[in-house]
Amino acid sequence: MSGYLGSYLTLGIVLLLAAVLFGAAFLVNRTLRPHRPNPGKLTTYESGVDPVGGDWAQAEIRYYVYAYLYVLFAVESVFLFPWAVVFARPGFGRSTLIEMVVFVAVLLLGLLYAARKGVLRWT
Amino acid sequence: MPLWAELVLRLAGVVVAFLVLPLVVGQIEHKVMAHMQGRLGPMYAGGFHGWAQLVADGVKFVQKEEVVPAAADRPVFRAAPIVALLPYLVVVLVLPLGPGLVGQALDIGLFLVLAVVGVGVVAVLMAAWSSANKYSLLGGLRAAAQLLAYELPFVLAAASVAMAAGTLSLSGIVEAWQPWWLAWQLPAMLVFLTAGIAELRRPPFDMPIADSELVFGYMTEYTGLRFALFLLAEYVGIVVVAALTTVLFLGGWRGPFDEQLGWLWTLVKVLIVAFVIIWVRVTFPRLRADQLQRFCWLVLVPVSLAQLVLTVAVRLALN
Repeated sequence: MSGYLGSYLTLGIVLLLAAVLFGAAFLVNRTLRPHRPNPGKLTTYESGVDPVGGDWAQAEIRYYVYAYLYVLFAVESVFLFPWAVVFARPGFGRSTLIEMVVFVAVLLLGLLYAARKGVLRWT
Repeated sequence: MPLWAELVLRLAGVVVAFLVLPLVVGQIEHKVMAHMQGRLGPMYAGGFHGWAQLVADGVKFVQKEEVVPAAADRPVFRAAPIVALLPYLVVVLVLPLGPGLVGQALDIGLFLVLAVVGVGVVAVLMAAWSSANKYSLLGGLRAAAQLLAYELPFVLAAASVAMAAGTLSLSGIVEAWQPWWLAWQLPAMLVFLTAGIAELRRPPFDMPIADSELVFGYMTEYTGLRFALFLLAEYVGIVVVAALTTVLFLGGWRGPFDEQLGWLWTLVKVLIVAFVIIWVRVTFPRLRADQLQRFCWLVLVPVSLAQLVLTVAVRLALN
């Protein structure tokens, strides 16, 4: 299909198609599979022994730093794409380029700061 | 051909590619891994070199009992594999196979693909947290950190090609592609492929699954069809990453007689890249979580930023 909305209509049809596909697969699964639950089977798996405590156990989560770093650059990449398409067209001269270089350089400084602070190395 | 017939044909093609290509890649992986490790791999199912092994696996998975742990958050637990698989179907829809041979051409195809592939993080976190299992939670958090980090070089490398081609349309990128781009965009290609393998959570980036320490990471509690869907998602993922590498960096359908044989060149290139992805899995040991984060932030991200500078410089010099 053509046109702006037409092309996204195809996307919608594919999602409907996927719903049918998954529905059929799970229907076949439902008719073919056995269903004999028992308490032992439904216990949380913990290498064959009874689970110790719940899943709200304490753990040291060090990954939040990466999430911060990601947010920094995710914003950059969102701005980068529209710029990437037009920067070489006539009318977008040197200043367009310099603006983006400054923008990226500031972010790079942030990454450098994080690396120098040692957040990328675990002790 | 009337509009609806063409639409039906295109969508049928997309669904067939979505269901068949992962099986082909999976079978290649069985065989290639086996021969690299000096064994035979599946030989029985289907008669000829075990070609029907994955079909047999599928039939087996469909008949298995579904166990949802009592402690799990049932709706989220059951929805997670679907969320993992669905984005890849959307990607297959917009990937061009040959000139004019595409499920649906989109002007911002590349942007859509990158956005949709990012949904994988949500699926992993859903599976991990709803399982109410410690292995799952640890694996899921590792996976989330890894997927977030590697999405950056992935996106930046793709942006470099978009800048070179001056368009976000995947077909447009293939049309603008020139053979010398292989050298110009080489760093971006290597970064893209590495980050792509990390996005798939395959060895050497399989820290989230790490079977020797976390059982099977965020998939520990899954059984039957839903587990099979997670595995299928991995193989569709290989196809998608290989196809994106082909379309962005290797010129997609471009080759001799590409008006007629374009689809063949695309498929050949996709299978070659898929072979490399399997080869990497057999070759490298697993990276530790902090090692792979350092590798991403201190190697891949700076290299992809440098590639952006190079792309801009060459592109403006050409103008």
